Amino acid sequence: MKRTFPWHIAVFLAPAFVIYAVFSAFPLIDTLRLSFFTTSDSGAQSWAGLLNYHTLLGDPNWSEGFWNAMRNNVKFFLIHMCIQNPLGLLLAALMSTKGVKFAKAYQTAIFLPTLLSVVIIGFIWQLILSPLWGVSEKMLGWVHLQDFFAPWLGQEETALYTLSLMSVWQFVGIPMMLIYAALIAIPDEIIEAAYVEGASAWRIFWTIRVPLILPTLGLTTILTFVGNFNAFDLIYSVKGALAGPNFSTDILGTYFYRAFFGYQSQIGSPTMGAAVATMMFLVILGGVAVYFYFIQRKLQRFSF
Amino acid sequence: MQAKHNGATRFATAGLTQIVLAGYTLLALFPIALIIINSLKSRAGIFDDPLALPNSETFSLIGFEKVLHSSHFTLYFGNSLIVTITSLVLILLFGAMAAWALAEYRFKGSRILALFFAFGIMVPIRLGTVSILKLMVSLQLVNTLTALVLVYVAQGLPLAIMILSEFMQQIPKELKEAARCDGVGEFKIFFQVVLPLIRPAVATVAVFTMVPIWNDLWFPLILAPGDDTKTVTLGVQQFIGQYVTNWNAVLASLTLAVLPVLIMYVFFSRQLIRGITAGAVK
Repeated sequence: MKRTFPWHIAVFLAPAFVIYAVFSAFPLIDTLRLSFFTTSDSGAQSWAGLLNYHTLLGDPNWSEGFWNAMRNNVKFFLIHMCIQNPLGLLLAALMSTKGVKFAKAYQTAIFLPTLLSVVIIGFIWQLILSPLWGVSEKMLGWVHLQDFFAPWLGQEETALYTLSLMSVWQFVGIPMMLIYAALIAIPDEIIEAAYVEGASAWRIFWTIRVPLILPTLGLTTILTFVGNFNAFDLIYSVKGALAGPNFSTDILGTYFYRAFFGYQSQIGSPTMGAAVATMMFLVILGGVAVYFYFIQRKLQRFSF
Repeated sequence: MQAKHNGATRFATAGLTQIVLAGYTLLALFPIALIIINSLKSRAGIFDDPLALPNSETFSLIGFEKVLHSSHFTLYFGNSLIVTITSLVLILLFGAMAAWALAEYRFKGSRILALFFAFGIMVPIRLGTVSILKLMVSLQLVNTLTALVLVYVAQGLPLAIMILSEFMQQIPKELKEAARCDGVGEFKIFFQVVLPLIRPAVATVAVFTMVPIWNDLWFPLILAPGDDTKTVTLGVQQFIGQYVTNWNAVLASLTLAVLPVLIMYVFFSRQLIRGITAGAVK
């Protein structure tokens, strides 16, 4: 019997497929394509092969900025990995301990900053750290550390770290929630059995609970990675597109924005912007590939 | 219990846990509280004692007056509301339809299609900005809210499809089979049997899609920076850039941006957190 074309399946899929294909998948592929073109002064685009990449990686005017942004972005990511995720693990572990009072209230409060716009968080911390207002200096004075205070956001050596910590402060709720959910999903019997065997809480945490939540730790790592290498809003709202002082807070997102729209004397170029976006795409794709092919596969082998 | 878990140690551990959690909670809430408190004070009050609550002498709403007079805050707020709600409704409807097709029917290319959508979860749509802007220019959609809605729907669909199809696979077979035996059409099954059943998953999807849309700066800045189409996030960003030295106005605009989210959170935090934990375990 000849089967009729399944119209209902096509109708169910069509709206999502069309919007996603036209406004997400196609632009991404088209951006990769545009990175092989060059823009003339009149705005016309012509095939240029690898010229943009040659400029981006070979011309000091471009490559210095690019590698600076890349270095800063790696630092930005490492600070999140070393502080945000361990802190999230600590908070989640404490909250999921049996009989802890107010756990839900703490959870609700700590997650709040995550819901606010990065722009708002950036401005809030900018005010708090401002030497003009002096709130931070005054509070450091309570513990006799007022001499330690400096305009952290304005100094080249400290600005990037300060911004990273602001971002950690805002987003620690995400790893905390994901890890918390994984921890409470561990069956009680396993933990109780270990207690009966005489294992200490510390040992149970490291040898039983942590290995069981490794897939979640892997997930938070890749989410942090993609989020960090795609960041823009925080640096742009606190430091502007120039990511000062002296590009010390420049990351790939702000570098991409300047390449695309131009700044000061440099004219913006969609095709150079596309080349930077393609490099970011490769970095993110690389991270995701590592996650899927190594971490995810290995973890599954361990957990079964 | 063993001797080493005696009452004193347990008490000390519980105390330490409380100190760490309460301490970090304070650190999470303090900056936000500080901004809201100072937005209600006069300039002198803000600088003389930032940590004091407003009193009869320092209380002032001058900042809010300034914001509401010299910016179209209510317009921006309305824009954000329109964009977020329209996007959310479309993501949920189209996402549920596609998720149903992928979860329920076996057809040629369904695996590839699922993979195609899954790709969008990991690869940020921002990387396609150059072409999105070009596309919006050629469709004459620059500086319209439609442009933002289209991009946000495309951005939100992949995750929505993943979460919803996960959920739809758990719908008992008997329900669908019974409906089919009664001769109910496929569309009717979806809208009258399936959609009502997936209501709990909607909360999870809503959280994951709404917050990034409401807070986004990138696409409003690039696709709709015009005065009539600014969203609240972009409006506040530009307003503050313009009035950096007017502390009352800056603090008031930040408070106005925080309050709606704060009020929503007070009402929905329980559902929201349950949604996240449920979604995360999957």
